[in-house]
Amino acid sequence: MAEPLFEVTDLHLSLPDLNAKPLFGPAPRIEILRGISLAIARGEVLGIVGGSGSGKSTLGRAMLRLLEPTAGRIRFEGADITHLPEAALRPLRARMQLIFQDPMSSLNPRRRVAGLIGGPLRLQGFDRVEDRVARALDHVGLPRAFAARYPHELSGGQRQRIGIARAIALEPDFILADEIVSGLDVSSQAQVLNLLAGLVRDLGLTLAFISHDLAVIRRLCARVIVLQAGRIVEEAPTDRLFAAPQAAYTRELLDAIPLPDPDQPWG
Amino acid sequence: MADARLARRDVGLRLRLAGGWLAVLAAVALLAPWIAPHDPLAQDLMLGRLPPFWLDGAEPGYWLGTDSLGRDVLSRMIWGARIALFVALVAGVLTCVIGATLGLVAGYFRGWPDMIVSRLVDIWMAFPPVLFSILLVAVIGPGLLAIILAIVVIDWTRFARVIRAEAMTQGAMDYVASARVAGRGRASTLWAEILPNVLPTIVVLLTLEMGIAVIVEAILSFVNLSISTDDPTWGGMIAEGRTSIHQAWWVLVFPLTALFLTVLAFSQLGEGLKDRFDPVLR
Repeated sequence: MAEPLFEVTDLHLSLPDLNAKPLFGPAPRIEILRGISLAIARGEVLGIVGGSGSGKSTLGRAMLRLLEPTAGRIRFEGADITHLPEAALRPLRARMQLIFQDPMSSLNPRRRVAGLIGGPLRLQGFDRVEDRVARALDHVGLPRAFAARYPHELSGGQRQRIGIARAIALEPDFILADEIVSGLDVSSQAQVLNLLAGLVRDLGLTLAFISHDLAVIRRLCARVIVLQAGRIVEEAPTDRLFAAPQAAYTRELLDAIPLPDPDQPWG
Repeated sequence: MADARLARRDVGLRLRLAGGWLAVLAAVALLAPWIAPHDPLAQDLMLGRLPPFWLDGAEPGYWLGTDSLGRDVLSRMIWGARIALFVALVAGVLTCVIGATLGLVAGYFRGWPDMIVSRLVDIWMAFPPVLFSILLVAVIGPGLLAIILAIVVIDWTRFARVIRAEAMTQGAMDYVASARVAGRGRASTLWAEILPNVLPTIVVLLTLEMGIAVIVEAILSFVNLSISTDDPTWGGMIAEGRTSIHQAWWVLVFPLTALFLTVLAFSQLGEGLKDRFDPVLR
């Protein structure tokens, strides 16, 4: 296998538990990630699943250096970015993007769509920003006239498309999608997933897709990592994971998916 | 739907009434030397305690009557508006800038800046404000500058506390994380992403603070710690009118009404502007 785009080695992350802090002395720490190692190849679509509290969002944010890991190593294109200061990270930011779970809170309510998508472009020194905003809107299937709208004037699904447009406009090498459909109703979910699948195909995106829903993962990802309590309990190609889950926790997650016909196994 | 529309119309009316009164007041204050019918300091004991124009015994030209020293109430109110508005504007803006800046920095950066600002606010608020202001004016000496300074020194905590909490809430939103993912620096995020979202709160607080400044100025004048007693201030007039309320109620009632309307107008202006400012409500 060629050199992976993203490589994480033995990543640990713990946060202080301020509720249990004694009056004097440091607060006890809660272990959230307990030694995660994974590699994402260029062009791959990786699914990361786990129940709530399994550390999947934390893992994503640590990979993008929004949270400081306590130990371990993060490499992007072979370069160690684990302890890169924010200023040195800035030029790399355009190349690794994040799509947020909650499209209401992740879009600044005071900016129009043009600014939401164009702001990061300007910040990263792209030229022809209006063109790029328009093309990003085309990509996510929204009319160009939406550039003049505020986020609150859009529906949940449309907002999430803006989040996607903002990420792809920067032409990143890597996109992390953090539970991006969990806040949407089923039909918007399907639309957003179709859109993302199309973008992966057309733009050759490398994508890490975080979800608690294996059915969603199955639709999109080639390989899956199952996370439980900050550890990887299973890692397998999607087909094999659904056909023959190894870990007990994976079977639990699979059983949690409502099937149209409960007697039919996953095929 | 009908309710929403009704509410929106009310906002407009409120804004117009409040803004209208303040505009009239500002015009009167600016044009005081030309529109005041008399010298606000000119005494004439022969014309003492003249009633307002619609009562028996009124003297033409003294529309709202005179006080016990024969000074024209209307002229003193007009000149008093000048002082009230000047204090409101200068003290309000200074308080806002200092308090909001500290609050934003503390709420967004957290860590040690927050520690320092928060402890300072805690200590500051342990002092009783009225005593504090009287002490301040006593130390600095009476005068317009002392009043403004007293208001700023005491009331910056009001802004710092509220804006700090607001900046914390906004700072935890994903759009701030997304600015970071886009490579925006910390200071730039505070300025370009968080400040616009905190601005409606700042505006409301600012207009409230202007109302408070008018009251504080009146209080300090009332207890004679403002500028010299001769100078026409609403608070001074109220204090003076209080002593002769049975003989000349108008000396008390007119400045009191002006004070009341002005403070009300400031707070209503803040409410109205907040609604106007908010793109979600617009």
